[in-house]
Amino acid sequence: MTAHTLIKNTQAESALIETFGALVDTLPGAATTTTARKTAIGGVSMRGLPTRRVEEWHYTDLRNRLKQVPEGDARTAGDALTSLADGMVRLDLFADDAPSDLPAGVRVTPLRDLLEKGELDRSLAPADPEDVIGALNAAFVSYGVALAIDDGTHLETPLELSAFHGEGQAHLRVPVTVGAGAKATIVERQVGDGAALITGVTELTVGDGAELLWVLVQEQPADTDQLTQMKFRLGRDSKFTLAILNAGGRLVRHEIRGVLEGEGGDFQMRCVNLLGGESHVDVTMVLDHVVPNTTGTEIVRNIASGKASGVFQGQIRVAKEAQKTDARMACNTLLVSDEADFSAKPELEIFADDVACGHGATVAEIDEDHLFYLMSRGIPENQARALLVKAFVDEIIEELDHEAISEALVAKVDEWFAKNG
Amino acid sequence: MLEIKNLHARIAEDGTPILNGVDLTVKPGEVAAIMGPNGSGKSTLSYVIAGRDDYEVTDGDILWNGESILEMDPAERAASGVFLAFQYPMEIPGVPTMEFLKTALNAQRTSRGDEPLKIPEMLKRVKAAAAELEMDLSMLKRPLNVGFSGGEKKRAEILQMKLLEPKLCVLDETDSGLDIDALKVVADGVNHLRSQDRAFLVITHYQRLLNHIVPDSVHVLYKGRVIRSGGKELALQLEDQGYAEIIGEAA
Repeated sequence: MTAHTLIKNTQAESALIETFGALVDTLPGAATTTTARKTAIGGVSMRGLPTRRVEEWHYTDLRNRLKQVPEGDARTAGDALTSLADGMVRLDLFADDAPSDLPAGVRVTPLRDLLEKGELDRSLAPADPEDVIGALNAAFVSYGVALAIDDGTHLETPLELSAFHGEGQAHLRVPVTVGAGAKATIVERQVGDGAALITGVTELTVGDGAELLWVLVQEQPADTDQLTQMKFRLGRDSKFTLAILNAGGRLVRHEIRGVLEGEGGDFQMRCVNLLGGESHVDVTMVLDHVVPNTTGTEIVRNIASGKASGVFQGQIRVAKEAQKTDARMACNTLLVSDEADFSAKPELEIFADDVACGHGATVAEIDEDHLFYLMSRGIPENQARALLVKAFVDEIIEELDHEAISEALVAKVDEWFAKNG
Repeated sequence: MLEIKNLHARIAEDGTPILNGVDLTVKPGEVAAIMGPNGSGKSTLSYVIAGRDDYEVTDGDILWNGESILEMDPAERAASGVFLAFQYPMEIPGVPTMEFLKTALNAQRTSRGDEPLKIPEMLKRVKAAAAELEMDLSMLKRPLNVGFSGGEKKRAEILQMKLLEPKLCVLDETDSGLDIDALKVVADGVNHLRSQDRAFLVITHYQRLLNHIVPDSVHVLYKGRVIRSGGKELALQLEDQGYAEIIGEAA
């Protein structure tokens, strides 16, 4: 008797599997890479896309939400993008060749070259069976760059990574190494024009004593789905600040999987989710403190308007050896529409006994005292409320240690409010 | 002209009565001081005038230039010329001071049918006012009142008052938390604003402030009522004798 699949594939699942079949021979990579790709899509094909029954995807039912998969390559020339701020060094993730005018100490290798040599085969293996983003990306990945910042390099100008897409699909991967004692600011743009499915995996290693500010700005159109993953490892006495602004997209999921594996390592995350229209934005973080004396603070601020929905899952795990860990996490949401919603799931798993850890998730409201103060100066109520809603997110953006970038992000927030406020 | 008539007000949340029939008239150009012991209802009076909805007016009225303001929200009252300098100005993270000043000034101008001010003109006015109050301009780049010392907050209140040019200025314990030098600067700022068409209600616990802002009339508030009114000498009498005697006389 033949075994039948009881559940019929969704349109998106079928499209992904069929697209893979059609493309597999043209995707870049060594023979071993093709094998890794087939393994990855095989897993997706066997299990299907996750539903809310899968714990990691409980609040984002991917199987239901990923309605269709656009056909064709979403690559564009990338010229349509305006830099976040003046004086940034642009890196187009779609480009065939590395740019020639890179700052000293920065090395860029097109991903295609690494794939052809089979050098990424190992990293293409999904992290676990539920790692659907990793699997989809491994199956299809064809664009991106490997970026290396040499030990001791202090980059004055930020690097700006982007893959401005058109209609279709794009699957990007960006392995990044920040050398020991290096200092850098990297801006990642997730933006384009045209219905698309974008997946991305960033694998980041921050060396001992290095300092990195990574600013992720997602402003996809309302018909684009963006599924990404950032995996990072922090060395001894390193400092990594991840700033995220979500201000667009239809279905967006950012997975952040970090390991603080050197003593004295510090991770700071500031995430602003501006949810409008019918968008669904999910930020899911798993952070491992595995050695003594590491610190981490994650602050997430959400504004949910329209019929939008949002998710923050934050899991902090403190290993038995990781004494003196200081881990803080806070997620605050302002619901400005009755039809919007936000789900927050903070979790602490602590095995060490001498730590300072805390988390909080709140639904915030406009402070009536603040409102009275502004109105007592003649600012009409609706305008005063709008100022305070914006202040709720601007507050954490202004703290960033890069004035030009903070200003540019505040301008992005203004832009969003002009469209959605 | 401000006319407060038999004003009764209570805390909205629990119904505790605070004002129990305040009668007070302040003419244009007049500086009226409201004095009284702690808990007499001084701050409540200032909030009720400004329109804070934590308080409910249960009887009486507040007429401003002949019209009741009780149905107006705080922004409408401000646009009609009422200004409250807070005892404890709020810190509002995320709202840059400069943007706040511009928004407030232009909201008031718009509601009066004036053209909004352009940024250069705005900056000019803010700089002039800040210089007069000996304020560091870099403070204005910070979020509103965030990280300001007590004295800086009070100066910032007076700065706002200068820019907004209200017709009724209610100063709630503006002297609290100020050292003598800061007090002089703030008092000078207020004195510069004194004019024939502007009234002041100066609320204070101590006579000290009234050496610098000399009032035309002094009113003693006790248990939510004005129990005594007089000229500036009444403040000196209070300073010498304390509140007990006057309260005793009134009882």
